[in-house]
Amino acid sequence: MADEPKETKPPQVPTGEKPASSTPPVSTPLAKPVDASTPAAPAAKPAAPTPPKPPVVLQTPLDNEFVTRLRAKFGGALLEATEDRKQAILTAERARLVEIALHLRDEEKFDMLASLTAVDWPKREKRFDVVLDLYSFAKNERLRLKVWAADAEEVPSVVSVWPAANWQEREVFDMFGIIFSGHPNLKRILLPDEWQGYPLRKDYDILQQDTAWVRENLGIESGQ
Amino acid sequence: MGPQHPSTHGVLRVKLKLDGERVIGSECIIGYLHRGVEKIAENRTYQQFAPYVDRMDYVAAVSSGLGYCEAVEKLLIVEAPPRARVIRTILTELQRIASHLLWLGTHALDIGALTPLFYCFREREEILKIFEKYCGARLTTHAFRIGGLQYEAYDTFEKDVERFCKDFESRIVEYETLLTQNRIWIGRTKGVGILTAADAIAFGVTGPVLRASGVKWDIRKAMPYAAYDQYKFEIPVGTTGDTYDRYLVRMEEMRQSRLICLQAIENIPSGPILAKVGKVLKPPPGEVYHAIEAPKGEIGYYIVSDGTVQPYRVHIRPPSFINLQAFDRMVRGHLVADVVAIIGTIDIVLGEVDR
Repeated sequence: MADEPKETKPPQVPTGEKPASSTPPVSTPLAKPVDASTPAAPAAKPAAPTPPKPPVVLQTPLDNEFVTRLRAKFGGALLEATEDRKQAILTAERARLVEIALHLRDEEKFDMLASLTAVDWPKREKRFDVVLDLYSFAKNERLRLKVWAADAEEVPSVVSVWPAANWQEREVFDMFGIIFSGHPNLKRILLPDEWQGYPLRKDYDILQQDTAWVRENLGIESGQ
Repeated sequence: MGPQHPSTHGVLRVKLKLDGERVIGSECIIGYLHRGVEKIAENRTYQQFAPYVDRMDYVAAVSSGLGYCEAVEKLLIVEAPPRARVIRTILTELQRIASHLLWLGTHALDIGALTPLFYCFREREEILKIFEKYCGARLTTHAFRIGGLQYEAYDTFEKDVERFCKDFESRIVEYETLLTQNRIWIGRTKGVGILTAADAIAFGVTGPVLRASGVKWDIRKAMPYAAYDQYKFEIPVGTTGDTYDRYLVRMEEMRQSRLICLQAIENIPSGPILAKVGKVLKPPPGEVYHAIEAPKGEIGYYIVSDGTVQPYRVHIRPPSFINLQAFDRMVRGHLVADVVAIIGTIDIVLGEVDR
């Protein structure tokens, strides 16, 4: 394989020198509940600590007919509706996820679950975002649906709504340790069943591994 | 079956529950190639991570790279210049043909037809040569950069693409002569691994597998990216959603990709190839989900930025992983020999399934 010149790039940071936890978890743009009734006010956002110039705020409250319809139906269960780079993002109450998912699938025609994943914000009270990206063939539109979950809180499984969630929820369980209640077969999918720890959590260092498992199954001291 | 079975295209292990020769249940055991690319992404800068995506679907690295670059561009709110977009489109379509050729060759080999493999690799070699001339690499190309391209197209680029496209028309006829009316081929693929449109959508299946089930949906048309809105092409669809339909859909897709390439080389706009993005990329805080039509289906990137040089989170939605979920539905009731045909017809790459 021929190597390409990479002169325009900064030198590679050796893997070990930058543990995951050193990435400053800046307050998430969606972490603070945005009052949808106030108009888009860039000053209302807390400034991110890193850049010296005022940060560009691209998250604005979303208030269209679709959101109004959902608010009328679900009221307070729809916690947030924002728009980020022209993408609609809804945050729903965790306990009513399946009900809202069914409504979105059947009434709003979001018939495909494109992607299901999670994001870890360890400094937040509810540290996990579970993120569902939906697609509607009829409308040719995407919609992102989120729920928040604290460390030990279970998230209702949406496998009954979109079977596509099956492996993706297993992957999220595998990588973040989030329990999906009502999942038909919640076990690890990419990592070995006996593996200890959840690698995509922010407090799991990039060099960290289940050394006991590696020693026992691979017969070596370290997988590196 | 597996993980070292030659027909599993990598290290896929399938637990089959059999009643005699008939499959009554299955379970896919995956993860043998898991490298934790999503974790790596959080510890690399945006540019440093770009070559890693080539190593997921290593037979369609150009497509994976395009999806990633466009996702970061969306996060940065920049657009690649027109010239870069057209060259990207040409290379991505060539990659689609190369990926489908590899699929066709190995799928036919699995079913027992040895010859197509040699024919397919002959043409695939021509495409890889174009990639090599363009960027120096054949498989893990890292052909694009965030904001456009690093390399200008080489002098005879248009001529090479044109020559390939002119030749390729008769080559597809050769493959079809070998297979389309072949009684054994029809016997082994017709009615095998049927996936209905409703099931395909429920399982989130995308790409040629979805289209063979009769759903006329292609991200290149539905949500055009790169330069696809400028070209005319058809979306082939199947009717029954069986292995034979998926074969026909992919054959037609190669023809359409060829037409896109021919249209694109006619008029490559002049101008810069890289947008002004700067050397240090700090996307404004926020998140994007961007998906493109890779040869195997929808490859999506969900990237969260916290305003630093490293992504806060990158999630990759790999088409192979999601499409493989439908395997159990497709395989039930079939014979063990058909399992091989069905694994082949989904067109998975384990590097992408396991990431």
